[in-house]
Amino acid sequence: MKKTTILFCIISLNLVLGQQTPANEQTQNILITNAFIHIGNGTTIENGSISFSDGIINYVGENISKEDSFPLLLSKKQSRVINANGKHIYPGFIAINSTLGLVEIDAVRASDDEDELGDFLPHIRSAIAYNAESKVVESVRPNGVLIAQVVPRGGTISGSSSVMQLDAWNWEDALLKSDEGIHMNWPSPYSRGRWWLGEDPSLKENKDYLKSTTSIKNFFEESKVYSGQKPKHLPYSSMKGVFDGSKTMYLHASYEKQIVDGVNFLKEQKIKNIVLVHGEQSINQIKYLKDNKIPVIISRPHRLPDNEDHDPKLTFKLAKKLIEKGIIVSIDPSGQMERMNTRNLPFYAGSFSAYGVDKEEALKMITINAAKILGIDKQLGSLEVGKDATLFVSKGDALDMRTNILSNAFINGREISLETHQTELWKRYSEKFSTQK
Amino acid sequence: MKKYIFLFIMPLTFVTAQSYFPNNSGVKTTKNSYQAFTNATIHISAENVINDATLLEKNGIIVSVGKNILIPENTRVYNKSGKHIYPSFIEVYSEFGIKKAKRSGSPGRSYQFEPSREGYYWNDHILSDYNSIRDYKYDKKSASKIRKMGFGVVNTHRANGIHRGTGILLNLNDHENDSKRILSKKSTEHYSFKKSVTSNQNYPGSIMGSIALIRQLYHDANWYELGNSLTNDLSIEALIENKSLPKIFDAGGDKLNTIRAIKLGKEIGENFAVLGSGKEYENLRELKQQGVTLILPLNFPKATNVSDPLLTKQIPLSSMRYWSQAPSNPNKVAKYNIPFVFTGFNLKSSEEFFSNIKKAINYGLDPIIALKALTTYPAKILGMEDKIGVLKTNSLANFIITSDELFKDKTIITENWIQGKPHILVNDNIINVDGDYDFLINNELFKLNLKGSDKKLIAKVTKDSTTFSTKSKYSNGWLDITIIDKNKNTFAQFNSKINDKSTLNGNGIDFQGDSFVWTAKSIKSDSMSKVDSKKIKNKNFYKPVAITYPNNAYGNKYLPKQKDILFKNATVWTNEKEGIIKNTDVLVVNGKISIIGKNIKNTNNIEVIDASGKHLTSGIIDEHSHIGASSINEGGHNSSAEVSIEDVIDPDDINIFRNLAGGVTTIQILHGSANPIGGQSAIINLKWGESAEKMLYKNADPFIKFALGENVKQSRSTRQLRFPSTRMGVEQVFIDNFQRAKEYGETWAKYNKLSEKLKRKTKSPRYDIEMEVLWEILRGDRFVSCHSYVQSEINMLMKVAEQFDFRINTFTHILEGYKVSDKMEKHGAGASTFSDWWAYKFEVNDAIPYNGSIMHNAGVLVAYNSDSAEMSRRLNQEAAKAIKYGGVSEEDAWKFVTLNPAKLLHIDDKVGSVKIGKNADLVLWSDHPMSIYAIAEKTMIQGKTYYSIDNVSKKIKSIEKERNFLIGQMLDASSKGAPTQEPKNVTRREFHCETLD
Repeated sequence: MKKTTILFCIISLNLVLGQQTPANEQTQNILITNAFIHIGNGTTIENGSISFSDGIINYVGENISKEDSFPLLLSKKQSRVINANGKHIYPGFIAINSTLGLVEIDAVRASDDEDELGDFLPHIRSAIAYNAESKVVESVRPNGVLIAQVVPRGGTISGSSSVMQLDAWNWEDALLKSDEGIHMNWPSPYSRGRWWLGEDPSLKENKDYLKSTTSIKNFFEESKVYSGQKPKHLPYSSMKGVFDGSKTMYLHASYEKQIVDGVNFLKEQKIKNIVLVHGEQSINQIKYLKDNKIPVIISRPHRLPDNEDHDPKLTFKLAKKLIEKGIIVSIDPSGQMERMNTRNLPFYAGSFSAYGVDKEEALKMITINAAKILGIDKQLGSLEVGKDATLFVSKGDALDMRTNILSNAFINGREISLETHQTELWKRYSEKFSTQK
Repeated sequence: MKKYIFLFIMPLTFVTAQSYFPNNSGVKTTKNSYQAFTNATIHISAENVINDATLLEKNGIIVSVGKNILIPENTRVYNKSGKHIYPSFIEVYSEFGIKKAKRSGSPGRSYQFEPSREGYYWNDHILSDYNSIRDYKYDKKSASKIRKMGFGVVNTHRANGIHRGTGILLNLNDHENDSKRILSKKSTEHYSFKKSVTSNQNYPGSIMGSIALIRQLYHDANWYELGNSLTNDLSIEALIENKSLPKIFDAGGDKLNTIRAIKLGKEIGENFAVLGSGKEYENLRELKQQGVTLILPLNFPKATNVSDPLLTKQIPLSSMRYWSQAPSNPNKVAKYNIPFVFTGFNLKSSEEFFSNIKKAINYGLDPIIALKALTTYPAKILGMEDKIGVLKTNSLANFIITSDELFKDKTIITENWIQGKPHILVNDNIINVDGDYDFLINNELFKLNLKGSDKKLIAKVTKDSTTFSTKSKYSNGWLDITIIDKNKNTFAQFNSKINDKSTLNGNGIDFQGDSFVWTAKSIKSDSMSKVDSKKIKNKNFYKPVAITYPNNAYGNKYLPKQKDILFKNATVWTNEKEGIIKNTDVLVVNGKISIIGKNIKNTNNIEVIDASGKHLTSGIIDEHSHIGASSINEGGHNSSAEVSIEDVIDPDDINIFRNLAGGVTTIQILHGSANPIGGQSAIINLKWGESAEKMLYKNADPFIKFALGENVKQSRSTRQLRFPSTRMGVEQVFIDNFQRAKEYGETWAKYNKLSEKLKRKTKSPRYDIEMEVLWEILRGDRFVSCHSYVQSEINMLMKVAEQFDFRINTFTHILEGYKVSDKMEKHGAGASTFSDWWAYKFEVNDAIPYNGSIMHNAGVLVAYNSDSAEMSRRLNQEAAKAIKYGGVSEEDAWKFVTLNPAKLLHIDDKVGSVKIGKNADLVLWSDHPMSIYAIAEKTMIQGKTYYSIDNVSKKIKSIEKERNFLIGQMLDASSKGAPTQEPKNVTRREFHCETLD
């Protein structure tokens, strides 16, 4: 009696928590046949197969239908074969500049770990606060988002980001690339009065702009000359990777002036890897960005134009203008309710495609381009032999919500659960009402 | 000692005391002589002018005006030959001489719900009992400033409160005291939508709350006046007492509030004179219908400093247009025969005042109307047409004397006589000495240039190419000049009594220190004309750019016309039993869907749209929107059923256009979720460019917003809470209010049944707007859309409704509806939910994207809404999520954003499907409407195309062109010396459920 009660408790607790158990290592070769394969680099295979073992892709190509056309190292017996029946295969989508796992419920302060006190915080690390058991993280996977860069927010230098895979027991387990970049919010050249205090709310020149940019310069110069002397200066020492090129500098800037001033500054500082985040007004500086080879993580299309004169669809059209000029573009999901909306990342890409970006190009934004920006493109971002088997099978076009319906998803060959606490509630209540009837 | 002080003060007092006051400073004198102003051009009124006329005055009153006036013996005669005499102007809106209301201390961490005063109205912001005379003190300095604008009489008040109490009317007469100056110590009653600063009482917290408060006040006053109240109320008594006074409404410089104030006035039976915004030209047609007098400000905007191109990019076209169009406002208002008066209350100087009136005249305003707007019209507002604003027997001797016709370029006002007392503005006896002169010192020729003799004289002395440093002064007819030769460290000094400007002469000391007789000869006087030509250049009169409806970048010069249209070969999503039909034609006639079928013949040769490969659907309907409104929440009370979004629709909101671009044709603008019983909602068709009133659905069932959960509990507020602060309390708010509404209704029903005779003997119940609205719900005449999240509260509200025998029409948000779908289905409640929102607050922790499909499968009528100006533009894709999450069929999923919300809003007889006889609210999509790749190409409401993708691309080009054109004009203006202001980009605040106003 007691045992059953305990057992029942465990089961229901599981249901309430909803966190799916991370998948075990891949033990068996997996072969998926009869699939429409989106490589992620712009190309497709209309009727193809993909095979992977030990978490690594060992075959991508024409469809393998007969036993004799199996690659030599494989045999049907050794492989688990999944017949995709015309379904689509995609590389796992990559969310850049996300805050997944840092906040659970937006309005509950106690669940919020995204923004540390202070202005210059390169030593602050997002990775260790990443909640591998977040229900929000779990909920983005069934839409194909399997990898995320987790980024701290706030301040001038917010801290250092890491790349995580989204099926893990703990943050250490989740780490794909630790502390790969430092994030800097370039000060705004404009400011607004606080209307709720009766100030003029209109946009004006920011009187403190020079002061703010000077303090950034000072911080960089001081960091540069710091050579590890004691007492150790944690913030300065954390900047080392930015100067030697081992870390990427993510410049968060929206306005044209911010973009040019920020990039100019970083160039002056001889920073090698610069990535622009947001870039709402990058459209006016395309040549400059191209000349300086700056990739852009463009703000999500699901936002309003910031001026009533703008094309009502302007936010949907930005990606096309950047991509057609040869800039590497990925998508920045940040904004209101960004964590829960990260599952809409594929639809951001789809929306950019609706407004002029070729479908496979749009896909690149959240696959290979993202991987390149993060410096993980040797391992991830496209379906090529030797790369991680981080991919999923979708009923159809995964950039369109009608057909983004996943049947299987793999991270490094591990077949992850596509259940969430939401699917469990769905099943529970659907069942309640179907039995009632 | 005392005596000395007394003696010292006395001579400074110019004002005359009242006749019956004792006089200890000398013998008692009474002035009893006449003053006559002769040989002048006298403007008796704007239209009635007499040349070579005489004005005869005695004791501040005009005795007679005209030709051949008999001048009595004891008359002081002023020959005003060549001059013009006009009635002094009347300022109807001012805060002159009134002490500013003292701001009450910060409310700190607690809200104030109760009034601070006892025995007055229940709301502190109704200050009808306040009389401005209480805080009045004559202010000579301001009087002088206002007099310089030509005003003789000013109507002033304390600008504080929603009802601001009474104002006072007085003469700007420095020579008398208040006993004579004040014409009326209760001249007008004043209103605004802004709360008083003297109280922190929370209600009202929004413009719609202010509107409802004024409405209720008038109901209460009528009821009170009939003797129905058992208690006294000093505010209401004052309101009743002041009934006959003229009413002035300060609409806060907002164009929409101007209309709102006028409409409110109509409703409560007050003909307000409304202080307008200066943007009346944007909605003249609507204003014309109202038949009111407007008080127009003259604070035309300055050109923007456009030297920073990046910052200039941020300025919206609408604000550039404002600069271009504002000076044409008075003329446009006049062309529509809307009576108006001018006010100078928010101007810095008389120069600005006159230059802007002259600017308005240059933009077409008839000078006669301009003059009326300063004289007869304001007199009429104040009910003083016989006394002021006119020069005739028995009217006040308030008049200005001008050098020429009033609005001519160089005309100056030299005197402003008020109550027969002179106020000299410009001493026109001063001889203008501006010009160039030659003179000799020690036999050497010097050149002298003088300018600014009317204000501050500047002398420039040169010899050959050397310019000397000088000091100069010109006052009381004496010119003093000192020349300093810095090289030689010597100086020369001389002066001259000026009798005429052709020669200056007098005594002086030369550079050697010897005295000499100095003579300077005028060579020519063209410097004057040079200045003038420069001034004329500075005026910058540009033709205003065209107005659009609404007057922003995406407005139209002409509203779209209703056209008969034939869509050919579309895939039609009917939402009816026909389902999705391919290769089908749809004929639109007179704004209605007329025929749906194959191969419809174009018999009348109407416009044909080739829709091959495209999809035609009915317009998207958003059940839960907060765009297109000036305020969203009235959180001042836990129930605010009395407020209505219909009062605060903002038809100019650019988000309306952006919604059209996403295929949305109808929205319900809901009150926010600050309190359990919110306000009445507005259901509008997105007829971009039309007035608020024309956007509203006619004869639609009325709705009200309720709310439950975290927001109404104020869970995240750091201030002291308002009841309720738990879900337990929320239930009681509803039970309490419905119980009271029920009893209220019963009381009225009983009263209404009484015979007329008995009614007269019985005290009538109080009319309570809030209770009326709740009673409508109980009677089934108004419907509830309730913001809700968790299952417990959803269930609770259904039980409360059942207890009071009505039904909840719609649960909106309803993210845990899936847990109680069966109960909702049984209750008959519909659901308007989000497709996939969650995790933004604690109560949405169990929100799931399958919610819609579960409820749908359980037989609940389900819609997807936006609650977001951004998301509403892509509700078609939100509908697609019903397919993704839970497998709703495509046909049914599409109904989530079209037919189902139409049903929830009770407008499915008009819209929501493609059906013969329904309104032609149609959208043409480039693709399957729920595809991520679909783009709305055309959005039509009642056969009028309000959005088309082709027009937008044209428009984007023309916006760029117009911007550049205006930037060019602004650069031109500033290069000619016009003052500029720093660029401003005021972005609209985006409202959502939790926006607290």
